[in-house]
Amino acid sequence: MCHESLQKDYMLLGVAAQPDTECFGIPLQIFRELGFEKLVLQIGRGLVRPEPCTFGDFTLEVFQYKDSIAEEIQRADLVISHAGSCLETLGAGKPLLVVVNDQLMDNHQLELARQLHRDGHLYYCTCKTLADTMKSMDLSALKPFLPGKTEEFAIFMDRIVGLEKVD
Amino acid sequence: MLLVCAASFLGLSFFIALAIICRMIILVKHKEEYKPGKSGSVRVLVVAGSGGHTTEILRLMESLSPCYNPRHYVIAETDTMSKDKICCLEVSRKYKYAEQEYTIHKIPRSREVHQSWSSTLLTTLHSLLYSGPLVFTLKPDLILCNGPGTCVPLCISALLLGVLGIKRILIVYVESICRVEKLSLSGKILYYLSDYFLVQWPNLKEKYPRSIYLGRVV
Repeated sequence: MCHESLQKDYMLLGVAAQPDTECFGIPLQIFRELGFEKLVLQIGRGLVRPEPCTFGDFTLEVFQYKDSIAEEIQRADLVISHAGSCLETLGAGKPLLVVVNDQLMDNHQLELARQLHRDGHLYYCTCKTLADTMKSMDLSALKPFLPGKTEEFAIFMDRIVGLEKVD
Repeated sequence: MLLVCAASFLGLSFFIALAIICRMIILVKHKEEYKPGKSGSVRVLVVAGSGGHTTEILRLMESLSPCYNPRHYVIAETDTMSKDKICCLEVSRKYKYAEQEYTIHKIPRSREVHQSWSSTLLTTLHSLLYSGPLVFTLKPDLILCNGPGTCVPLCISALLLGVLGIKRILIVYVESICRVEKLSLSGKILYYLSDYFLVQWPNLKEKYPRSIYLGRVV
């Protein structure tokens, strides 16, 4: 039963994303072909709720919400998400593919995703190009995203408030 | 009712315009002279928004020395997550440094996401009624904020205290890292009202020459 539905239905996917039936839709087969053994799906308030199952050497896990998604991100070899989770994922040093809902063009989080893509830190695609991007992307080509320089901020603040030590 | 609103709006706009002009003059002439840290400690008011805003501002707070004490955090009434994050940071600071004080205060949100503009004016005025007395009571040396709507009434209150000669408060605004090409609405307003306006992407530095670019700080 499970096996049939996976073959026929387009499954919603996106770790740490709100799946949208119109946008997200590629067969799990693609994951298997690319060598992934497991897909962990956070469906949030999504309308379609696939059942967790296993077929062959591939497993699908599904959950709605977790207090902290950090553990799941740590375990993943690839995170596919909407633009809001960029910093958390990149901060954990994980490869990230951002899928953009092109109906939300004024979403300011897209600005960040686009810039980080230009800087080579993540891959970026629309719902329609998801399958092709997954097949063609090279995760090893992504550049590490280094943490921000908070010490520069601290030095700046000490200077402007007059806490800076003058030798 | 409409006339009262319109009159209040005009009166407030005029006063704000006047304050801005005075402020700009003060900023240009005296900014470098005001150094609250000369006393050895700096009293900070930190505006924490929800979600990403809180994470960013707390990362910045983590980097500051124990001289920035006491720290007064202000969060929106409807924000449930920020309080936990703040407490987590402050507990770890207590382990690292002795004699650290912090407080958390709540004020009404000045604007909810997608709230209509006509009602935003009223909710902003409502927030001002809370933020004014709060800033007056706390009299911080410095306000640090990064974009949530709650920071605008707080910074306006700080501005008023400065213009009225009650307390000079340094306003430091750090635009969120998510803002790459355009400023947030709070950023557009506070670009003119803050003492130091930091951006984290070079595009913004080009568009807003008065801003300060230190690279990515978060």
